[in-house]
Amino acid sequence: MSEDMKLRNYHAQVWDEPLLMDKSVKGQRGILVPEAEPGIRSEVGKAEDLIPANMRRKAPPDLPEMAQPQVLRHFTRLSQMTMGNDASNDIGVGTCTMKYSPKVNEALCGLPQMADLHPYQDESTVQGILEILYKTRDFLREISGMDEISFQPASGGQAVYTAASIVRAYHEARGEGTKRDQVITTIFSHPVDAACPATVGYEVVTIMPDKDGYPDIEALKASLSDRTAALLITNPEDIGLYNPRIEEFVKRVHGVGGLCFTDQANANGVLGKARAADAGFDMCHFNLHKTFSSPHGGMGPGCGALAVKEHLAGFLPVPVVKKDGKRYSLDYDRPESIGKVRDFYGNAQVVLRVYAWIMSLGAEGLNQVAETAVLNNNYLEKLLLAVPGITESYGEGKIRLDQIRYSWEKLTADTGVTSEDIERRMTDYGIQAYWTSHHPQLIPEPFTPEPTDSYSREDIEEWAAVMRQISKEAYEDPEKVKSAPHRGITTAVDESAALLHEKCMFTYKKYKRMKAEGK
Amino acid sequence: MQKQAGLIVNPIAGMGGKVGLKGTDGPRILEQAIRIGATPEAPQRAARALERLAGLRHDIHFLTCPGDMGENELASAGFEYTVLGPPTTGETTAEDTERAARRMREEGVDLLLFVGGDGTARNIYNAVGDRLPVLGVPAGVKMHSAVFGTTPGNAGELAELFLRGKATGTREAEVMDIDEDAFRGQRLSARLYGYLRVPFERRLVQSVKAGSTGGEETAVRAIALHVVGNMEPDRAYIIGPGTTTREIMRVLGLPNTLLGVDVVLNKTLLARDVNEGRLLEAIEGRPARIVVTIIGGQGYLFGRGNQQISDRVIERVGKENIIVVATRAKLFALNGEPMLVDTGNERVNKMLSGYVNVITGIKEKIVYKVCS
Amino acid sequence: MPKKKPVVYPYIPNSVPETRSEMLAKVGVKGVEELYSPIPKNLRLKRPLKLPKPFLSEPELQRHVSGILKKNKSCEEFLSFLGAGCYQHYVPSVVDTIINRGEFLTAYYGSNYSDMGRFQVMFEYVSMLTDLVGMEVAGFPMFDGSSSGGTALRMCARITGRTEVLVPETVSPLRMKVIENYCRHSEVKAIRRVACRPDTGLIDLSDVKAKLTADTAGVYIENPSYLGMIETQGGEIADLAHANGSLFAVGVNPMSLGVLAPPGDYGADIVSGDTQPLGVHMNYGGGTCGFVAVRDVEEHIAELPPLLTSIADLEEGEGFGFNLFAWAERLSYAARENAKEYTGTSTVLWSTANAVYLALMGPRGMKEVGETILQKSHYAKKLLAGIPGVKTPFPSAHFNEFVVNFDDTGKTVSRINAALLKRKIFGGRDLSDEFPDLGQSALYCVSEVHTQKDLKRLARALKEVIA
Repeated sequence: MSEDMKLRNYHAQVWDEPLLMDKSVKGQRGILVPEAEPGIRSEVGKAEDLIPANMRRKAPPDLPEMAQPQVLRHFTRLSQMTMGNDASNDIGVGTCTMKYSPKVNEALCGLPQMADLHPYQDESTVQGILEILYKTRDFLREISGMDEISFQPASGGQAVYTAASIVRAYHEARGEGTKRDQVITTIFSHPVDAACPATVGYEVVTIMPDKDGYPDIEALKASLSDRTAALLITNPEDIGLYNPRIEEFVKRVHGVGGLCFTDQANANGVLGKARAADAGFDMCHFNLHKTFSSPHGGMGPGCGALAVKEHLAGFLPVPVVKKDGKRYSLDYDRPESIGKVRDFYGNAQVVLRVYAWIMSLGAEGLNQVAETAVLNNNYLEKLLLAVPGITESYGEGKIRLDQIRYSWEKLTADTGVTSEDIERRMTDYGIQAYWTSHHPQLIPEPFTPEPTDSYSREDIEEWAAVMRQISKEAYEDPEKVKSAPHRGITTAVDESAALLHEKCMFTYKKYKRMKAEGK
Repeated sequence: MQKQAGLIVNPIAGMGGKVGLKGTDGPRILEQAIRIGATPEAPQRAARALERLAGLRHDIHFLTCPGDMGENELASAGFEYTVLGPPTTGETTAEDTERAARRMREEGVDLLLFVGGDGTARNIYNAVGDRLPVLGVPAGVKMHSAVFGTTPGNAGELAELFLRGKATGTREAEVMDIDEDAFRGQRLSARLYGYLRVPFERRLVQSVKAGSTGGEETAVRAIALHVVGNMEPDRAYIIGPGTTTREIMRVLGLPNTLLGVDVVLNKTLLARDVNEGRLLEAIEGRPARIVVTIIGGQGYLFGRGNQQISDRVIERVGKENIIVVATRAKLFALNGEPMLVDTGNERVNKMLSGYVNVITGIKEKIVYKVCS
Repeated sequence: MPKKKPVVYPYIPNSVPETRSEMLAKVGVKGVEELYSPIPKNLRLKRPLKLPKPFLSEPELQRHVSGILKKNKSCEEFLSFLGAGCYQHYVPSVVDTIINRGEFLTAYYGSNYSDMGRFQVMFEYVSMLTDLVGMEVAGFPMFDGSSSGGTALRMCARITGRTEVLVPETVSPLRMKVIENYCRHSEVKAIRRVACRPDTGLIDLSDVKAKLTADTAGVYIENPSYLGMIETQGGEIADLAHANGSLFAVGVNPMSLGVLAPPGDYGADIVSGDTQPLGVHMNYGGGTCGFVAVRDVEEHIAELPPLLTSIADLEEGEGFGFNLFAWAERLSYAARENAKEYTGTSTVLWSTANAVYLALMGPRGMKEVGETILQKSHYAKKLLAGIPGVKTPFPSAHFNEFVVNFDDTGKTVSRINAALLKRKIFGGRDLSDEFPDLGQSALYCVSEVHTQKDLKRLARALKEVIA
């Protein structure tokens, strides 16, 4: 990276777009709706008379009245005030594995044979999508080393929740449901690994890192007992370190009768390199959005594919896709199942994209994905550690896989500029605001970039150059960073309002009312 | 709207430390410090904190003390200020600090910023109690109290957030100081004097990803509910000092000794504000548990501020019956350093070392290292 | 063996061998393998993954995958009368255009400063949705109607500190599987089922009264119910619940609310449901998009698990921006006997679709589509009831769905549907397993996409099949 890399002179598209409801013009229509044919109307009469009197809507909903081009333009403008991965460099959004979502897969999803399928159609009319589900199941079995997969969880969090439910069901089936009331996790695992077991009633015991930055095995030993139901952890951890004693962790938990689950949200760098099942885990999950290229949609829909070993397969949610000879079917007859975690079968359109993505890469391509993710990360590390004010903590000098949690602590101490100030300033250079850290923020002034396989060397260098530039600004003119953004879509928002109920305006109606009252 | 802030600098704070003294309290020690080459540290530290407030230069009006006690620092940093009282002559004293703090309380400043150490914190506490938000800029030798920013810069940062209305919460933070009276042999002993209200930096967490980020108050509440929910009948619970443990008494609806030790049996008060002897009497012949939290900024579990729960009490109750409670924020503020015990009894210290489960919320524990 | 030429992957820019070598050199390692040294050797996979040979070129890939999909028969090709929680409605082209814009489709989660447009859409979605259902506050969307129903029940328990909920027996058994799983080991200790009157299918008020106790946290109903009926006793149920200190939660089909009274009008404290009908393709069930809405009561908002956004002033100057709502953490989260719910990736792309859909439809569109559906579905019900052997057991008013019974035909629903399938018709959802008391019944769904001709074609086909 040359020291004087030219940064783009970005300017956001500031449309200054009014709120939708303020654009309403009485009488305008965005779309017309088919009327019932005269033959129908004469047969059944007025629609109003078909509704019991007390159940008729009295006042029409307060929706805007707008013609079609105005609606289109409004939302197109709002889209232009959003930095999606298609346009922006999302390297900063670590732990989320933002990568390219191939357009051909979107075209496939838009086919009526995907988009317009009803979940209760006769199985003979959905053999295509069942085949996709079944074959993708086989791919993920191979990649994880596990035996059975459920695509029903619609997010990573829901997959962990499903895993926690299975832990419950497993111990209950063995008559140990009440006795085993603790789940163990680590502080650098994803917070859902603690939140989900808590949701199903477990006490959560969290392990801190040792002096090397790895989960403290002595602390694990001190926590194990006949109350241990399971270990739910993320590996590699959020700071990018692979736990070298992972096998011992699993063995020790198994030794006291607990189950082991690993959250594979950070799997991008280990695809085809190491498998959860081979480290002894009983369960793991993958985020099919993110890691397997399905677009994030700005927070879903996604899919948290849950993979389990044979001894837990019976507990998976119903239905599971089966194949008899050449025919695919949905199997509901699973007496040990935990039931259902969501309606229908999960996001089949997400699985379709994953199928297409894997089929475009094959084993060699997936290997290339993992290796490039790790190489990109280590390349970025070289560039970032040369930036004044950036440090690494926990496991200094150790090789990280797919991502790293860095710290601006030194910069903050020197200049008063915080990680959040920098987050806002980044957008002035046309790159997506970075992800600081999951909570709790054990590492001060954190940020967590993840340069996945989709980024070019130039993308990585540009990202690092922006960090260097902002660091320079912080030392020379901290106020410039603190008052950012300057060329973004908006300026600083009064954040104090977010703390108080009486100042929160959740809807247009409340906004108008409070403005009218002069608040 | 213009805010009003107070600034009190203890110009001699920290002078003892550089030359190996245990503090700078009292004219005799100061004299000794100056004699062996100590120079004032506090003005520089005050300046570093004020640097961070530069953006608010025209939005804050300071009340301060004459000369080295604030006036000079504010003048060179370019702030507007009013000096309270006549110029002091000669050395400043604890009384100067207390008098100024009382004035600031009466004037109703939005935040009182002071530069000093444990001794200064005690003086401020004596004058204002918990009636106004106070923040310490660290400059002292002794830093057992939890009322200071981690660095002068951070203290300034926090003050800025607070005065801008971006960190609106406050928390109660321990004021501790070496207890001269409680010196036992060569052992250092810190006493808990009270609590100051300190701005609590809870940055607005614009975070979407899973996991609740409970505030400090709710976390304390959750801990108390967990402990009370698991209390067993006919077992004595020794409730150590602190705000985290105070919430337990609140949940139980019992009066509480914030700075002392109470004993609870069957959810009623068995003994109040006990010393070691009465504590041993109270638990005589019945099973007991100890509920303690981290005291002060250095992470002491035993031996600072809760000496009533002595080595003898701990041995009698047993390690397995010690319940440690602390919010995640307090644990993480230890920066990965272990929690400390100093009971004065090597055997007991050794017994307490290792790992403990710290209750951090309802059905939430963190396994944490303890050293002596 | 000659060395194979390495593949350069179009999705992986740094798969160019020269780039890779230069980057390795800069990192200071000989090969990528060195970077994998943190993984213990024995845990490494020592062979290539066993995956099928890929289709490296896009045309080959497109052909292969669309070839598999072509084995499916879509509701565009066949005439469908399936509903039961997933609904076929017309999706305006503008909706598909907007949600396929890369900025929305491939966004992650930027802040207001990078993604203000998304925040504004979210705010507008919430504003329109809450008005449609007669509530005041809602958060980001949730997974689906069932999990949001489960959330509504758990919120009832958390808000009231009570442990039991009442749920009508007409709620779908598959939805109950989600709700039960969601409530297991939670604040909700018991789910009691409330009887419905066999003649009308509406809720038996006397059973509600009988089952309300000091432990009842909330009463949940669905309107329209799973079996299609419009529940007319919402107001009475709300009064009974409130008099007992319980909350009243209603699950709705938002598509009905251009014509039906919103639950806010008859006393609901919490409204949940699925907005898939509002402009989202069915996607084999992947189009679901749940929501939970409440009134602007601090204690109720504090229990909403999804994230909330609020419009806010700028620090300087005119205009507005958006905040994520942070004060909930101060409230009763910690006072729960049991732990929190979790939040994360949900269905934001679909709520974007909902926003566009509602903006296009406007108040008149929502009213008119509701009227068309009512007329067409009532017409269909009449038409089918006229077929010998076919009964429509519930006389109650319905919205888009109704129960059709085939007992007198001597044929099972499954046989009838198989025969309809041969005529390229998806018959109604078979209820014989879910509600055995209803005999051989099916749940038929009709919407604005059906024409009179379609409905007559169904009636004709049924006549033939039954004969």
